[in-house]
Amino acid sequence: MTDRSEQLLEQVLAAKAAGQPLRIVGGNSKAFLGRQADAETQDLNVGEHRGIVDYNPVELVLTARAGTPLREIEAALAEHGQALHFEPPHFGDSDTLGGTLAANLSGPARPWSGSVRDQVLGIRLINGNGEHLRFGGQVMKNVAGYDVSRLQAGALGTLGVMTEISLKVMPRPAASLTLVREMSAQQAIQQMNARAAEPKPLTAACWQGGRMYLRLAGAQSAVEATAAKWGGEVLEQADGFWRSLQDQQLDYFKGEAPLWRFSVRANAALAPLPGAWLLDWAGAQRWYRGDAEQPQLEQLAREAGGQVSLFRGGDRSGEVMHHQPQALAGLQTRMKQAFDPHGLFNPGRLYSWL
Amino acid sequence: MSDQPRVSQAQLAAELRAFIDPDYVITDNETMKPYECDGMSMYCEMPLLVVLPETVAQVQQVMQVCHRYQVPVVARGAGTGLSAGAMPHADGVVLSLAKFNRILEIDPLARTARLQPGVRNQAISEAAAQYGLYYGPDPSSQIACTIGGNVAENSGGVHCLKYGLTVHNVLSVELITVEGERVTLGSDGLDVCGMDLLALATGSEGLLGIVTEVQVRLLPVPERARVVLAGFDSVQKAGDAVGGIIAHGIIPGGLEMMDSHAIIAADDFAGAGYPREAKALLLCEVDGTEEEVEEHIEQAETLFRELGATSVRTSRSEQERALLWKGRKSAFPAVGRISPDYYCMDGTIPRSQLAFVLTEMERLSQEYDLRVANVFHAGDGNLHPLILFDANVPGEFERTEAFGSRILQLCVEVGGCITGEHGVGVEKIRQMAIQFNDLELAQFHAVKAAFDPPGILNPGKGVPTLRFCQEYRSLEHKCQQHAVEADHD
Ligand SMILES: Cc1cc2nc3c(=O)[nH]c(=O)nc-3n(C[C@@H](O)[C@H](O)[C@H](O)COP(=O)(O)OP(=O)(O)OC[C@H]3O[C@@H](n4cnc5c(N)ncnc54)[C@H](O)[C@@H]3O)c2cc1C
Ligand SMILES: Cc1cc2nc3c(=O)[nH]c(=O)nc-3n(C[C@H](O)[C@H](O)[C@H](O)COP(=O)(O)OP(=O)(O)OC[C@H]3O[C@@H](n4cnc5c(N)ncnc54)[C@H](O)[C@@H]3O)c2cc1C
Repeated sequence: MTDRSEQLLEQVLAAKAAGQPLRIVGGNSKAFLGRQADAETQDLNVGEHRGIVDYNPVELVLTARAGTPLREIEAALAEHGQALHFEPPHFGDSDTLGGTLAANLSGPARPWSGSVRDQVLGIRLINGNGEHLRFGGQVMKNVAGYDVSRLQAGALGTLGVMTEISLKVMPRPAASLTLVREMSAQQAIQQMNARAAEPKPLTAACWQGGRMYLRLAGAQSAVEATAAKWGGEVLEQADGFWRSLQDQQLDYFKGEAPLWRFSVRANAALAPLPGAWLLDWAGAQRWYRGDAEQPQLEQLAREAGGQVSLFRGGDRSGEVMHHQPQALAGLQTRMKQAFDPHGLFNPGRLYSWL
Repeated sequence: MSDQPRVSQAQLAAELRAFIDPDYVITDNETMKPYECDGMSMYCEMPLLVVLPETVAQVQQVMQVCHRYQVPVVARGAGTGLSAGAMPHADGVVLSLAKFNRILEIDPLARTARLQPGVRNQAISEAAAQYGLYYGPDPSSQIACTIGGNVAENSGGVHCLKYGLTVHNVLSVELITVEGERVTLGSDGLDVCGMDLLALATGSEGLLGIVTEVQVRLLPVPERARVVLAGFDSVQKAGDAVGGIIAHGIIPGGLEMMDSHAIIAADDFAGAGYPREAKALLLCEVDGTEEEVEEHIEQAETLFRELGATSVRTSRSEQERALLWKGRKSAFPAVGRISPDYYCMDGTIPRSQLAFVLTEMERLSQEYDLRVANVFHAGDGNLHPLILFDANVPGEFERTEAFGSRILQLCVEVGGCITGEHGVGVEKIRQMAIQFNDLELAQFHAVKAAFDPPGILNPGKGVPTLRFCQEYRSLEHKCQQHAVEADHD
């Protein structure tokens, strides 16, 4: 439990005075994410600004300092039978809440339980003028002012330093069970979407290595009745499987080959590429490993109604995020100006031009 | 913006009529009259003119013309807003999206719908019903309000706790910028690269751009839904019961509370058979599979009894369920019947503060000598106090506003906020300064300036202007400079 917000604020003010760009570090477990920036930066360590500030299980709301490790938060929630329903991936032991929101990373449950962005209720943020501001709050519904909290999701720290985050949390499901079936990727896309359109307690759907996995979770009776109706082999140690998918520990994710992430229309046809796929989110998130040129992948992603980014590995000196149309690039540049007029935070991390 | 209009009504109308059906450029006062206010009819203003474009290209052209002359533009959906967000600007154009009422596509497998902004909220679920799907957020105004207005207000409904607000159910939005450019925020996928401009645009009250298309997610219609009606002899007990249900691990599809004034008004109006002697009433809807609903209903009934409910009744049929909801959903018009006028507030509070806030409100009610009835989205802490008044009594509306302001202040004091779903508009603009300090408001202005450098989109709404804020002025200047540079690349 350490409140380092004063020091963080001083560091930002000093950087502003010196014109010294900063690299915001939670603890660097996601250092692989984003571009390799060329600017000379100084590290601003948020990882030491940690601790749960407020947690009231009956309110379903938790507030923690941005450097708080996810594990600490998850342990506190588990004591009350609650959880982070967006199932954040852990890339190390010390992934922080701030880094997770900045990268907008969510796990297998995302299509059903929402993303980390969906659960955010409010933040405190140090902007590039060295002002410590508060947006949103600790209540479920709040439409006063622009939604600056959710704007941070995916911004990779380019708009400011988050110091505190309030989240909606939810009860853990009473029971869960996973069904497995062999099929092709294309069949799985059809099947996963068809199952998702049924009013059943589906909470995860992925395809990997020729098998489709469906996770049912909720009231015991509902889970059992649905499993009986749908049929398929029941997976032993299913929690372990989903955990390794969530944390990218499956064999599929190992090795140095570039890892591409497609975020597309859930039922889009599988793109004709030679490499290996892993489909998550009932087909809305697709991982790809294999030879490919970025322009070709971007074209395929557009045809599938979405975008592609170079998640890990590969050439990180070019753009790693999907190229932005000019109008959107303009808006994001102006947004950067609005929050960080001196260009202090994470220069070049998200896009070369930001 | 200068104080003088830069173009006359006649000239502007002529320019717009060059590319829009002349009948859809309205300049006579009689035809413009219905546009003078939205659902918050205490705030009125006549616009310079009203325009109803029929294509996105026309919306772009309208924006280009207005941008050239720096004429304010106020977007308008169905005009059901409750914060005067759609109230016209005296020197500005009302841009009605009423002609954009087509459902463009429903993809039943992907569970999405592409909509024009003027599609009514309820029409989405009606069209999706043939696929066993529906659209989650269900504001009580859903027969009339539009999806474009829902996006602009980030509207909620009685099912938000479980199914989320508008922001959780929208995949992408097509926005026409102040310069008339067309941008898509979001995609057909669930997440996009980079900062979340879609979330920023949601709830931005028409201040950042004009929404011309919306893609929403659809949900499977639950197999079963049942509602438990529980009466309590104190607000405190009802509040505790809400916490009790949630602590038990049940997330109801809807969880609503009404106080005794609202119970009686609604029961008189809808004949729902509410326990009229109760001090507070909970409506708890459980939805899901057949098995899940049976399991949870039983647990909810038991819990309510244990937590002191004086009456518990569970719907046995769809008809009965609809009847029990009818009372709640018609609470506003019901209260409208017992008073010449009512003023609907929209604060949000941490649920644990409920009993305190209601008691305090009762005290303020006596202080201001005005009755107040409460309906409450209890699951997510969103209060709708309805202050009853008579606009024909001189000074009574002013007293009502003062009372309302005190209620919002109270909400902020207990850790809540001034608006949960109705937006700031004109109506709550003064209370913004209770919730945010000058630096935070300046940051909002900087966001606004990034999207709308000349400040012509719905000016005077949402964020109060800062008189003495140097930082903001220099920031705005930079953004404007930058916008000029961006225009050239
Ligand atoms: C004494 C000490 C020792 C540590 N030892 C280790 C160790 O051995 N191994 C280890 O893995 N970690 C270590 N950590 C770091 C760990 O505690 C971090 O909190 C955690 O790894 C954060 O990583 P992340 O993945 O959440 O975010 P990161 O990978 O740091 O960041 C991901 C993205 O989010 C941005 N970002 C992160 N936080 C914010 C924020 N608050 N606001 C805005 N943008 C943000 C970043 O700029 C980046 O773009 C140590 C920390 C301390 C203090
Ligand atoms: C009886 C009653 C019950 C209500 N119940 C609820 C409820 O349960 N939950 C809830 O959240 N709200 C509720 N409301 C409020 C209101 O219905 C919502 O705010 C609704 O979303 C407004 O939609 P509209 O189409 O009427 O928008 P309008 O009132 O026309 O406009 C609202 C705001 O959105 C902007 N806008 C509209 N269309 C666009 C567009 N295409 N692009 C950009 N900006 C646009 C306008 O400029 C204005 O600022 C209720 C209102 C009434 C009268």
